Amino acid sequence: MKIHLPNSAWIGNIDPFLRSFDSSNTKRLEITAHKKWISVHPVILSMVAALGLKVGKSNIYCEKLEATSKHYLERMGLFKLLGLKSNIKVKEHESAGRFIPLTQIKDSQALTKFITEMIPLLHLEPKQVEPIRYIISELARNVLEHSQSDNGAILSAQYYKKSNTIRIGIVDTGVGIKETISKSHHASTDLEAIKLALTPGITGTTHKEGGTEFNAGAGLFFIKSIAKVNRDFFMIYSGKAMYKLLKDDSSKKQIKLYADSFKDKHSKNENFPFWEGTVVGIDLSLEATEQFSVLLDLIRNTYVKTVRERKKEKYKKRGARFI
Amino acid sequence: MITIKLFPRVGSFAENKDLAREIRINEIIPALNNGKEVILDFSKVDSITQSFAHALISDLIRNYGDGVLDKISFKNCSETVKKIINIVVEYMQESE
Repeated sequence: MKIHLPNSAWIGNIDPFLRSFDSSNTKRLEITAHKKWISVHPVILSMVAALGLKVGKSNIYCEKLEATSKHYLERMGLFKLLGLKSNIKVKEHESAGRFIPLTQIKDSQALTKFITEMIPLLHLEPKQVEPIRYIISELARNVLEHSQSDNGAILSAQYYKKSNTIRIGIVDTGVGIKETISKSHHASTDLEAIKLALTPGITGTTHKEGGTEFNAGAGLFFIKSIAKVNRDFFMIYSGKAMYKLLKDDSSKKQIKLYADSFKDKHSKNENFPFWEGTVVGIDLSLEATEQFSVLLDLIRNTYVKTVRERKKEKYKKRGARFI
Repeated sequence: MITIKLFPRVGSFAENKDLAREIRINEIIPALNNGKEVILDFSKVDSITQSFAHALISDLIRNYGDGVLDKISFKNCSETVKKIINIVVEYMQESE
Protein backbone atom coordinates (compact mmCIF):
# COMPACT_ATOMS: atom_id res chain seq x y z
CA MET A 1 0.00 0.00 0.00
CA LYS A 2 1.13 3.53 -0.66
CA ILE A 3 -0.17 6.64 1.00
CA HIS A 4 0.97 10.16 0.23
CA LEU A 5 0.48 12.99 2.71
CA PRO A 6 -0.37 15.96 0.52
CA ASN A 7 0.08 19.65 0.81
CA SER A 8 -3.57 20.08 1.79
CA ALA A 9 -6.28 17.55 2.56
CA TRP A 10 -9.33 18.36 4.64
CA ILE A 11 -12.78 16.83 4.48
CA GLY A 12 -13.92 19.38 1.94
CA ASN A 13 -11.09 18.52 -0.49
CA ILE A 14 -10.25 14.98 0.61
CA ASP A 15 -11.28 13.27 -2.64
CA PRO A 16 -7.95 13.59 -4.53
CA PHE A 17 -6.12 12.25 -1.46
CA LEU A 18 -8.39 9.20 -1.31
CA ARG A 19 -8.01 8.60 -5.04
CA SER A 20 -4.22 8.67 -4.66
CA PHE A 21 -4.22 5.92 -2.02
CA ASP A 22 -2.75 2.72 -3.45
CA SER A 23 -4.42 -0.18 -1.67
CA SER A 24 -2.49 -2.96 -3.44
CA ASN A 25 0.09 -5.14 -1.63
CA THR A 26 -1.62 -5.09 1.75
CA LYS A 27 1.44 -6.49 3.55
CA ARG A 28 3.55 -3.36 3.16
CA LEU A 29 2.99 0.35 3.67
CA GLU A 30 4.94 3.11 1.98
CA ILE A 31 4.45 6.60 3.39
CA THR A 32 5.50 9.60 1.33
CA ALA A 33 4.71 13.26 1.79
CA HIS A 34 4.68 16.65 0.13
CA LYS A 35 8.19 18.08 0.11
CA LYS A 36 7.35 21.57 1.32
CA TRP A 37 4.28 21.58 3.50
CA ILE A 38 1.93 18.96 4.95
CA SER A 39 -1.44 20.21 6.09
CA VAL A 40 -3.94 17.44 6.75
CA HIS A 41 -7.09 16.63 8.67
CA PRO A 42 -6.67 14.32 11.70
CA VAL A 43 -8.70 11.68 9.85
CA ILE A 44 -5.79 11.32 7.42
CA LEU A 45 -3.29 10.79 10.22
CA SER A 46 -5.66 8.24 11.74
CA MET A 47 -5.77 6.44 8.38
CA VAL A 48 -1.97 6.33 8.09
CA ALA A 49 -1.64 5.11 11.66
CA ALA A 50 -4.30 2.43 11.17
CA LEU A 51 -2.57 1.12 8.05
CA GLY A 52 0.81 1.18 9.79
CA LEU A 53 -0.50 -0.79 12.75
CA LYS A 54 -2.06 -3.29 10.38
CA VAL A 55 1.15 -4.08 8.50
CA GLY A 56 3.46 -3.82 11.54
CA LYS A 57 6.48 -1.56 11.92
CA SER A 58 8.90 -3.85 10.08
CA ASN A 59 6.75 -3.54 6.97
CA ILE A 60 6.54 0.25 6.94
CA TYR A 61 8.75 2.33 4.70
CA CYS A 62 8.54 6.02 5.54
CA GLU A 63 10.58 8.36 3.37
CA LYS A 64 12.64 11.05 5.04
CA LEU A 65 10.23 13.92 5.51
CA GLU A 66 11.36 17.31 4.31
CA ALA A 67 8.27 19.46 4.75
CA THR A 68 8.60 22.37 7.16
CA SER A 69 5.49 21.21 8.97
CA LYS A 70 6.75 17.63 9.47
CA HIS A 71 6.93 18.22 13.24
CA TYR A 72 3.13 18.12 13.25
CA LEU A 73 3.21 14.38 12.54
CA GLU A 74 5.62 13.91 15.45
CA ARG A 75 3.49 16.05 17.75
CA MET A 76 0.38 14.04 16.85
CA GLY A 77 2.25 10.88 17.85
CA LEU A 78 2.29 9.15 14.45
CA PHE A 79 5.80 7.72 14.73
CA LYS A 80 5.45 6.87 18.41
CA LEU A 81 2.26 4.90 17.78
CA LEU A 82 3.87 3.00 14.93
CA GLY A 83 7.09 2.37 16.83
CA LEU A 84 9.18 4.28 14.27
CA LYS A 85 12.09 6.64 14.89
CA SER A 86 11.54 9.98 13.20
CA ASN A 87 14.45 12.08 14.47
CA ILE A 88 12.07 15.05 14.34
CA LYS A 89 12.40 17.37 17.30
CA VAL A 90 9.28 19.17 18.42
CA LYS A 91 9.47 22.66 19.79
CA GLU A 92 7.03 23.62 22.49
CA HIS A 93 3.98 25.06 20.85
CA GLU A 94 1.53 27.45 22.41
CA SER A 95 -1.50 25.40 21.45
CA ALA A 96 0.18 22.09 22.21
CA GLY A 97 -2.55 21.26 24.68
CA ARG A 98 -5.37 21.56 22.19
CA PHE A 99 -5.24 18.30 20.38
CA ILE A 100 -5.75 14.63 21.00
CA PRO A 101 -2.73 12.73 19.71
CA LEU A 102 -3.17 9.54 17.73
CA THR A 103 -4.59 7.00 20.12
CA GLN A 104 -5.38 3.34 19.73
CA ILE A 105 -8.39 2.06 21.66
CA LYS A 106 -8.88 -1.66 21.87
CA ASP A 107 -11.51 -2.21 24.54
CA SER A 108 -14.49 -0.70 26.29
CA GLN A 109 -12.72 0.20 29.53
CA ALA A 110 -9.88 1.89 27.68
CA LEU A 111 -12.45 3.95 25.80
CA THR A 112 -14.14 5.13 28.99
CA LYS A 113 -10.75 6.02 30.48
CA PHE A 114 -9.77 7.84 27.31
CA ILE A 115 -12.97 9.91 27.23
CA THR A 116 -12.54 10.89 30.87
CA GLU A 117 -8.93 11.93 30.37
CA MET A 118 -9.38 13.45 26.92
CA ILE A 119 -11.67 16.29 27.89
CA PRO A 120 -9.11 18.38 29.80
CA LEU A 121 -6.75 18.16 26.79
CA LEU A 122 -9.12 20.21 24.71
CA HIS A 123 -9.63 23.05 27.22
CA LEU A 124 -13.21 23.61 26.13
CA GLU A 125 -16.38 24.80 27.76
CA PRO A 126 -18.77 22.07 28.98
CA LYS A 127 -21.30 22.98 26.26
CA GLN A 128 -18.64 22.45 23.60
CA VAL A 129 -17.40 19.20 25.10
CA GLU A 130 -20.82 17.54 25.01
CA PRO A 131 -21.08 16.75 21.28
CA ILE A 132 -17.36 15.92 21.02
CA ARG A 133 -17.31 13.26 23.69
CA TYR A 134 -20.63 11.97 22.37
CA ILE A 135 -19.21 11.54 18.86
CA ILE A 136 -15.99 9.91 20.05
CA SER A 137 -17.79 7.49 22.34
CA GLU A 138 -20.37 6.37 19.80
CA LEU A 139 -17.92 6.04 16.91
CA ALA A 140 -15.27 4.21 18.90
CA ARG A 141 -17.88 1.84 20.38
CA ASN A 142 -19.09 1.10 16.85
CA VAL A 143 -15.55 0.06 15.98
CA LEU A 144 -15.14 -2.10 19.08
CA GLU A 145 -18.47 -3.84 18.55
CA HIS A 146 -18.71 -4.23 14.82
CA SER A 147 -15.35 -3.89 13.05
CA GLN A 148 -13.75 -7.17 14.20
CA SER A 149 -10.43 -5.38 13.93
CA ASP A 150 -7.56 -6.63 16.08
CA ASN A 151 -6.23 -3.10 16.22
CA GLY A 152 -9.43 -1.47 17.48
CA ALA A 153 -10.12 2.19 16.83
CA ILE A 154 -7.44 4.70 15.88
CA LEU A 155 -8.43 8.25 16.60
CA SER A 156 -7.06 11.76 16.75
CA ALA A 157 -8.43 15.28 16.96
CA GLN A 158 -7.18 18.80 16.63
CA TYR A 159 -8.53 22.19 17.60
CA TYR A 160 -8.02 24.94 14.98
CA LYS A 161 -7.98 28.39 16.49
CA LYS A 162 -8.52 30.33 13.28
CA SER A 163 -11.74 28.55 12.37
CA ASN A 164 -12.63 27.72 16.00
CA THR A 165 -13.22 24.15 14.92
CA ILE A 166 -12.48 20.70 16.28
CA ARG A 167 -11.65 18.12 13.64
CA ILE A 168 -11.86 14.46 14.53
CA GLY A 169 -10.87 11.27 12.72
CA ILE A 170 -11.76 7.74 13.81
CA VAL A 171 -10.56 4.85 11.70
CA ASP A 172 -10.45 1.07 11.75
CA THR A 173 -9.11 -1.64 9.50
CA GLY A 174 -11.83 -4.16 10.21
CA VAL A 175 -14.44 -5.83 8.05
CA GLY A 176 -16.12 -2.64 6.83
CA ILE A 177 -19.72 -1.47 6.82
CA LYS A 178 -20.98 -3.67 4.00
CA GLU A 179 -20.05 -6.90 5.76
CA THR A 180 -21.48 -5.69 9.07
CA ILE A 181 -24.78 -4.36 7.75
CA SER A 182 -25.26 -7.35 5.41
CA LYS A 183 -25.71 -9.63 8.39
CA SER A 184 -29.27 -8.34 8.67
CA HIS A 185 -29.98 -6.18 5.62
CA HIS A 186 -29.44 -6.41 1.90
CA ALA A 187 -26.73 -4.10 0.59
CA SER A 188 -25.32 -4.87 -2.82
CA THR A 189 -22.70 -2.10 -2.80
CA ASP A 190 -20.54 -0.31 -0.25
CA LEU A 191 -22.49 2.88 -0.86
CA GLU A 192 -25.82 1.17 -0.21
CA ALA A 193 -24.38 -0.22 3.01
CA ILE A 194 -23.24 3.25 4.11
CA LYS A 195 -26.68 4.64 3.33
CA LEU A 196 -28.31 1.93 5.45
CA ALA A 197 -25.85 2.47 8.30
CA LEU A 198 -26.77 6.16 8.38
CA THR A 199 -30.50 5.41 8.52
CA PRO A 200 -32.06 5.59 12.00
CA GLY A 201 -33.03 2.21 13.39
CA ILE A 202 -30.96 0.13 10.96
CA THR A 203 -28.32 -2.08 12.55
CA GLY A 204 -26.34 -5.03 11.28
CA THR A 205 -27.26 -7.00 14.38
CA THR A 206 -30.95 -7.52 13.54
CA HIS A 207 -33.59 -6.67 10.94
CA LYS A 208 -36.14 -5.96 13.69
CA GLU A 209 -37.29 -2.47 14.62
CA GLY A 210 -35.90 -1.42 17.98
CA GLY A 211 -32.69 -3.35 17.44
CA THR A 212 -31.33 -5.80 19.97
CA GLU A 213 -30.70 -5.37 23.69
CA PHE A 214 -27.35 -3.82 22.80
CA ASN A 215 -27.76 -2.09 19.43
CA ALA A 216 -30.39 0.23 18.07
CA GLY A 217 -28.80 1.38 14.83
CA ALA A 218 -28.89 5.00 15.90
CA GLY A 219 -25.25 5.97 16.45
CA LEU A 220 -24.26 7.15 12.98
CA PHE A 221 -27.58 8.91 12.44
CA PHE A 222 -27.01 10.89 15.66
CA ILE A 223 -23.50 11.82 14.57
CA LYS A 224 -24.49 12.84 11.07
CA SER A 225 -27.28 14.90 12.68
CA ILE A 226 -24.83 16.70 14.99
CA ALA A 227 -22.82 17.70 11.92
CA LYS A 228 -25.94 18.66 9.97
CA VAL A 229 -27.36 20.86 12.72
CA ASN A 230 -24.02 22.60 13.15
CA ARG A 231 -23.60 22.87 9.36
CA ASP A 232 -20.32 21.00 9.43
CA PHE A 233 -18.55 18.41 7.29
CA PHE A 234 -18.94 14.69 8.01
CA MET A 235 -17.50 11.87 5.93
CA ILE A 236 -17.66 8.12 6.03
CA TYR A 237 -15.55 5.89 3.80
CA SER A 238 -15.70 2.12 3.72
CA GLY A 239 -14.82 -0.36 0.98
CA LYS A 240 -14.85 1.60 -2.26
CA ALA A 241 -17.46 4.14 -1.25
CA MET A 242 -17.41 7.49 0.46
CA TYR A 243 -20.36 9.59 1.59
CA LYS A 244 -19.70 13.19 2.50
CA LEU A 245 -22.19 15.48 4.20
CA LEU A 246 -21.50 18.92 2.77
CA LYS A 247 -21.78 22.20 4.58
CA ASP A 248 -25.24 23.63 4.27
CA ASP A 249 -24.82 27.37 4.28
CA SER A 250 -28.50 28.16 4.05
CA SER A 251 -28.38 29.68 7.51
CA LYS A 252 -31.75 31.35 7.18
CA LYS A 253 -33.59 28.13 6.58
CA GLN A 254 -34.67 25.98 9.47
CA ILE A 255 -32.55 22.84 9.64
CA LYS A 256 -34.36 19.67 8.73
CA LEU A 257 -33.02 16.22 9.51
CA TYR A 258 -33.56 13.45 7.02
CA ALA A 259 -33.60 9.74 7.72
CA ASP A 260 -32.41 9.29 4.14
CA SER A 261 -28.88 10.69 4.11
CA PHE A 262 -29.04 11.11 0.32
CA LYS A 263 -31.61 13.89 0.84
CA ASP A 264 -29.01 15.93 2.73
CA LYS A 265 -26.64 18.13 0.76
CA HIS A 266 -23.88 15.63 0.10
CA SER A 267 -21.39 14.15 -2.32
CA LYS A 268 -20.75 10.47 -2.86
CA ASN A 269 -18.39 8.27 -4.78
CA GLU A 270 -18.17 4.52 -5.05
CA ASN A 271 -15.00 4.15 -7.06
CA PHE A 272 -12.33 4.98 -4.54
CA PRO A 273 -9.48 2.58 -3.74
CA PHE A 274 -10.73 -0.16 -1.45
CA TRP A 275 -10.48 0.67 2.25
CA GLU A 276 -10.70 -2.49 4.30
CA GLY A 277 -12.54 -1.13 7.32
CA THR A 278 -14.18 2.20 8.01
CA VAL A 279 -13.00 5.80 8.10
CA VAL A 280 -15.03 8.56 9.73
CA GLY A 281 -14.09 12.22 9.78
CA ILE A 282 -16.02 15.12 11.22
CA ASP A 283 -15.55 18.85 11.69
CA LEU A 284 -17.29 20.61 14.53
CA SER A 285 -17.40 24.37 14.53
CA LEU A 286 -17.45 25.52 18.15
CA GLU A 287 -18.82 28.89 17.15
CA ALA A 288 -21.98 27.44 15.73
CA THR A 289 -22.51 24.69 18.29
CA GLU A 290 -26.24 24.46 18.67
CA GLN A 291 -27.54 23.55 22.07
CA PHE A 292 -27.29 19.79 22.31
CA SER A 293 -30.81 19.63 23.70
CA VAL A 294 -32.22 21.43 20.64
CA LEU A 295 -30.52 18.86 18.47
CA LEU A 296 -32.04 16.05 20.53
CA ASP A 297 -35.54 17.40 19.89
CA LEU A 298 -34.90 17.31 16.15
CA ILE A 299 -33.44 13.81 16.34
CA ARG A 300 -36.36 12.56 18.38
CA ASN A 301 -38.92 13.80 15.86
CA THR A 302 -37.10 12.40 12.85
CA TYR A 303 -36.20 9.12 14.48
CA VAL A 304 -39.64 8.25 15.78
CA LYS A 305 -41.33 9.35 12.55
CA THR A 306 -38.97 7.13 10.55
CA VAL A 307 -39.54 4.06 12.69
CA ARG A 308 -43.31 4.64 12.58
CA GLU A 309 -43.34 5.00 8.79
CA ARG A 310 -41.15 1.96 8.27
CA LYS A 311 -43.44 -0.08 10.52
CA LYS A 312 -46.52 1.15 8.65
CA GLU A 313 -44.90 0.20 5.37
CA LYS A 314 -44.07 -3.25 6.67
CA TYR A 315 -47.60 -3.92 7.83
CA LYS A 316 -48.90 -2.68 4.50
CA LYS A 317 -46.86 -5.41 2.88
CA ARG A 318 -48.18 -7.99 5.33
CA GLY A 319 -51.87 -7.16 4.85
CA ALA A 320 -54.51 -9.92 5.02
CA ARG A 321 -54.98 -11.82 1.79
CA PHE A 322 -58.67 -12.20 0.87
CA ILE A 323 -59.53 -14.70 -1.83
CA MET B 1 -38.53 -0.23 45.94
CA ILE B 2 -34.85 0.04 45.12
CA THR B 3 -32.81 3.05 44.12
CA ILE B 4 -29.86 2.64 41.80
CA LYS B 5 -27.42 5.53 41.83
CA LEU B 6 -25.77 5.74 38.43
CA PHE B 7 -22.97 8.29 39.02
CA PRO B 8 -20.71 6.14 41.22
CA ARG B 9 -20.87 3.43 38.58
CA VAL B 10 -20.80 5.30 35.30
CA GLY B 11 -19.43 8.77 36.03
CA SER B 12 -20.73 12.11 34.82
CA PHE B 13 -20.85 11.03 31.18
CA ALA B 14 -22.66 7.70 30.97
CA GLU B 15 -21.46 6.03 27.80
CA ASN B 16 -20.20 2.58 28.73
CA LYS B 17 -22.85 0.18 27.41
CA ASP B 18 -21.27 -2.78 29.17
CA LEU B 19 -21.94 -1.10 32.51
CA ALA B 20 -25.50 -0.27 31.43
CA ARG B 21 -26.11 -3.91 30.59
CA GLU B 22 -24.59 -5.07 33.88
CA ILE B 23 -26.88 -2.74 35.84
CA ARG B 24 -29.92 -3.92 33.88
CA ILE B 25 -29.17 -7.62 34.22
CA ASN B 26 -27.82 -7.68 37.76
CA GLU B 27 -30.00 -5.08 39.43
CA ILE B 28 -33.01 -3.86 37.50
CA ILE B 29 -34.31 -7.19 36.23
CA PRO B 30 -34.01 -9.05 39.59
CA ALA B 31 -35.81 -6.15 41.31
CA LEU B 32 -38.63 -6.15 38.75
CA ASN B 33 -38.92 -9.92 38.97
CA ASN B 34 -39.34 -9.55 42.73
CA GLY B 35 -42.19 -7.11 42.18
CA LYS B 36 -40.15 -4.11 43.28
CA GLU B 37 -40.23 -0.69 41.71
CA VAL B 38 -36.92 0.74 40.52
CA ILE B 39 -35.66 4.30 40.76
CA LEU B 40 -32.74 5.12 38.48
CA ASP B 41 -31.05 8.12 40.08
CA PHE B 42 -29.04 10.17 37.58
CA SER B 43 -27.84 12.86 40.00
CA LYS B 44 -24.37 14.16 38.97
CA VAL B 45 -24.70 12.44 35.57
CA ASP B 46 -24.55 15.36 33.10
CA SER B 47 -25.08 13.42 29.95
CA ILE B 48 -25.58 9.97 28.46
CA THR B 49 -25.31 8.47 25.01
CA GLN B 50 -28.26 6.95 23.22
CA SER B 51 -26.34 3.67 23.19
CA PHE B 52 -26.06 3.71 26.98
CA ALA B 53 -29.76 4.47 27.44
CA HIS B 54 -30.62 1.76 24.92
CA ALA B 55 -28.48 -0.85 26.68
CA LEU B 56 -30.00 0.16 30.02
CA ILE B 57 -33.72 0.12 29.24
CA SER B 58 -34.62 -1.07 25.73
CA ASP B 59 -34.72 -4.75 26.59
CA LEU B 60 -36.95 -4.06 29.59
CA ILE B 61 -39.57 -2.46 27.32
CA ARG B 62 -39.13 -5.24 24.77
CA ASN B 63 -39.54 -8.05 27.30
CA TYR B 64 -41.94 -6.60 29.88
CA GLY B 65 -43.94 -4.33 27.56
CA ASP B 66 -44.41 -0.61 28.03
CA GLY B 67 -46.15 -1.27 31.36
CA VAL B 68 -42.66 -1.59 32.80
CA LEU B 69 -42.43 2.21 32.57
CA ASP B 70 -44.89 2.38 35.50
CA LYS B 71 -42.38 0.45 37.56
CA ILE B 72 -39.26 2.43 36.70
CA SER B 73 -38.69 6.06 37.61
CA PHE B 74 -35.90 8.30 36.36
CA LYS B 75 -34.76 10.71 39.05
CA ASN B 76 -32.56 13.83 39.02
CA CYS B 77 -32.13 13.78 35.24
CA SER B 78 -30.50 16.66 33.39
CA GLU B 79 -32.28 17.97 30.31
CA THR B 80 -29.97 15.98 28.02
CA VAL B 81 -30.46 12.77 30.01
CA LYS B 82 -34.25 13.24 29.95
CA LYS B 83 -34.31 13.81 26.21
CA ILE B 84 -32.15 10.83 25.36
CA ILE B 85 -34.16 8.52 27.60
CA ASN B 86 -37.34 9.82 25.96
CA ILE B 87 -35.95 9.07 22.49
CA VAL B 88 -35.23 5.46 23.48
CA VAL B 89 -38.57 5.02 25.26
CA GLU B 90 -40.43 6.43 22.28
CA TYR B 91 -38.76 4.39 19.55
CA MET B 92 -39.02 1.23 21.62
CA GLN B 93 -42.76 1.72 21.90
CA GLU B 94 -42.93 2.13 18.14
CA SER B 95 -40.94 -1.06 17.66
CA GLU B 96 -42.00 -4.63 17.22
